[in-house]
Amino acid sequence: MKIKISPLIYTLIFLIIFFIFYKGLQNSNIYTPNLKIEENIPSFKAKIFNNDKFISEKIFQKDKFYLLNIWASWCVPCREEHSFLTKLNKEEKIKIIGLNYKDDKKNAKIFLKELSNPYDVILLDEDGTVAIEWGAYGVPESFLIYNNKIVKKIIGPINEELLTEIKILIQ
Amino acid sequence: MASLIGSYSLILGFCCSLIIFFFSVRNFKSPKRFDYKILSFTFLQLFFVIVSFVGLIISFINSDFSNETVFNHSHTTKPLFYKISGTWGNHEGSLLLWLLVLTLFIFLFLIKSKKQPNNYRILTSMFQQIIIIGFFIFLIKTSNPFSYIFPIPNEGLGLNPILQDPALAIHPPILYLGYVGSSIIFSSALAATTLNFISKDWAKHIKVWVLISWIFLTLGILLGSIWAYYELGWGGFWFWDPVENVSLMPWLALTTLLHCILALEKRLILTSWVIILSIATFTLSMCGTFLVRSGILNSVHTFANDPERGLFILIFLFSLVFLSLFIFFFFHKNENNNNSFFWLSKESSILVNNWFMMYFLSVVLVGTIYPIFLEVITSEKISVGPPFYNKLIIPFLIPFLLSMAIGPKLKWIKSEIQNKMYLVLFLFISFFISFIIIKNLDINFLINSILLTSSFYLFFITLRDFFIKGYQNLSQNLAHFGFSLLILSILFNNIYSTEVITNLKVGQTFKSKSLIIDFQSIDKKNEKNFQAIIGKFKIKELDNETIILNPELRVYNQPNIITSEADIKTNLLKDRFITMNLVSNQDYFNIRYQDKPFMIWIWLSVLLISFAGLMSLLKKRYEN
Amino acid sequence: MRFFKFFIVIFFLVYSNLSNAQDSDLKNEITKNLRCLICQGQSVYDSDSEFANSLKILVEKKLNEGLKEKQIYEYLKSKYGEWILYDPEFNKNTYFLWLLPILMFLIGGAIILKLFIQKKN
Repeated sequence: MKIKISPLIYTLIFLIIFFIFYKGLQNSNIYTPNLKIEENIPSFKAKIFNNDKFISEKIFQKDKFYLLNIWASWCVPCREEHSFLTKLNKEEKIKIIGLNYKDDKKNAKIFLKELSNPYDVILLDEDGTVAIEWGAYGVPESFLIYNNKIVKKIIGPINEELLTEIKILIQ
Repeated sequence: MASLIGSYSLILGFCCSLIIFFFSVRNFKSPKRFDYKILSFTFLQLFFVIVSFVGLIISFINSDFSNETVFNHSHTTKPLFYKISGTWGNHEGSLLLWLLVLTLFIFLFLIKSKKQPNNYRILTSMFQQIIIIGFFIFLIKTSNPFSYIFPIPNEGLGLNPILQDPALAIHPPILYLGYVGSSIIFSSALAATTLNFISKDWAKHIKVWVLISWIFLTLGILLGSIWAYYELGWGGFWFWDPVENVSLMPWLALTTLLHCILALEKRLILTSWVIILSIATFTLSMCGTFLVRSGILNSVHTFANDPERGLFILIFLFSLVFLSLFIFFFFHKNENNNNSFFWLSKESSILVNNWFMMYFLSVVLVGTIYPIFLEVITSEKISVGPPFYNKLIIPFLIPFLLSMAIGPKLKWIKSEIQNKMYLVLFLFISFFISFIIIKNLDINFLINSILLTSSFYLFFITLRDFFIKGYQNLSQNLAHFGFSLLILSILFNNIYSTEVITNLKVGQTFKSKSLIIDFQSIDKKNEKNFQAIIGKFKIKELDNETIILNPELRVYNQPNIITSEADIKTNLLKDRFITMNLVSNQDYFNIRYQDKPFMIWIWLSVLLISFAGLMSLLKKRYEN
Repeated sequence: MRFFKFFIVIFFLVYSNLSNAQDSDLKNEITKNLRCLICQGQSVYDSDSEFANSLKILVEKKLNEGLKEKQIYEYLKSKYGEWILYDPEFNKNTYFLWLLPILMFLIGGAIILKLFIQKKN
């Protein structure tokens, strides 16, 4: 009896392995982070771009929308996204806060002069550690914040679609 | 033109497969005489595949960008050597190489197996042709190396710079000889099972093929490691990266088979186990191909991936698995009753070897594919990295090393331990030496001292055998000695490695208690396919003379990638290894200087191990 | 047997000498166990990407703040998920990962033992 069962068991095991590999093939192997929403904003400490004063998560007031945007002058997609930020800046309900990521101050100033400054406040992240507190991977990346909670996380540059989405969200 | 010939030649080769298959079936029904048409067509097939492969090489040399493969992986400014090695530095070309080796091996097999029964030879050829047909279809259908593009581009996209390296140019062919060599073992084991031909003779005859693929696989892995060591630029040589694991798994299975087949050859025991291992070896090679080519894994080495290809290999792989399962369960009769073991005998030591090898294999296998399973079942992603493998493998190395020392001393069937005094004495000496070494260091790990003791034990026991036994069992002893040397050098390398990471501008000097790094200057140099920034560093260690090291940053033009080339000064005692890296928006460089003792011994010991394999192979030939 | 006892005593002597690794070593140790999320299959220690470099600095900062190795892993896990840790934790997701090889070892041992016992019958 035992002899007849074992081929079946092995066949079954290999069928299961086959099925799992087959399923696995359809998954993308590029890691996309878990976009958990409704997460509390992290506590952090960062310098302000212009006056070297330190600031913490307390700049985010309740009942207000904020967009934290991580940018750098050396980052090419940031240039593309800039015009959308400028458009978003015209909305009154939202404040845009920039986080200048691992940048040269001079270059950053030139960048803002060239493309206008959509940010209400700019924070400084010289060594990239503040961005990690936010759970970011790189630049550009944006977080929509309401009531001290992260409502939406955007990895990569903001585009037309995302802009309208943000506009709807803050209404 | 060359491309066109190659393309047609490939189709002709495929036709040969069908013809051979037809003749094999006909001949198999009346196997009184071996039908020489099979042999001739196998040769013809080999010829067509060679023509096709040469055609691809010529397209690469001529930078014929009407060929899509050439366009994607070559560039006119590349040196000739890398144009040629670019042929197999990509998915399509490497598969063609794989096919070439497959056809070459079956041809050699048919020539070399004239003493074997006809129906066994025919059946082996049939199974091998099944594999070959599968690869032909795969190649022609999903990854044709001769696809045509129109309009013809003026310039190619270039080869990934980290692949433009001498070690990596010969790494794939050697590795494939190992991987594909196992296909012969697979086909022959299936044929022998079907015909109930598993015998001492068969073991003796197939052992040659096991040895050949084992030697090439060992060398292939070694080359890959050496390449990773100096090219990836962070001084490690084994990262437990999925793609490395994938080459390690067939190696573990082959090594197990190599030991196990000895027991079969001498005593006709463990027949089922040998069959399972023969099947497993090739299945694992194929599984590796699947994991690497389908892009299912997240690794440094993955080829550009295409789900269609993955699906094809997956179906092909499992067809072979089910075919072997079917043959194993329906044809294999486990008739011999002399499956008896005395606990202290050579065959039980082989069993112990198999036991540990299978454990290591299962660790690597589970660690590599578990994340895939978990993601499919729970859609959670986890990483399995070096700590996992270290934790599960290192403790088990200790008994493994000890049994490696004692095992070969035992006799077949039944053995008593004579002269056990010296075995104990050696253990004591090894422990004493390890104790002294570990005591003077501030990293006193329990595991380190035991591990060191057991590797020294193996080292001394095998060393003693060189003098006592002389030429008897020399290859086996040499291989075990090489392994002890490997573990010892890895251990010392781990224990004594030191490292300095610092940021330096040109002209600055780094000073510590035992080391001065003087960043003297940088130079620029223009090469045909890249621009190099060469740093000049003067390194002075307290107990050493001053040396100059010149690490490079290379800015490749096609594709535009910056790589960092390490500069390494090697001597018998240690490697001094330096890399420099750009830091964005800063005028300093990130300098990483490493002192890596006994590095060269790691390579040498693996070379020694494969040399032992070669010796055993030559000895076999001589005896025949 | 006496031999083994002797060894055990010596090992414990050696073991008691255990000294703590230095901070920079600890930092390297930790970064070796972290996956660089934007690279393909490299550890943070081995990578020179922006993300990895920042993470190295962060680990150093956290160590200076007095966090333990475990706490740093926990902290990063909460930010980036388990994917960042190369050393998978032992939890319900990984029972099989850790236990399957051990189970195989035990089964192998049992098979071998059975072969030895068979002879006596």
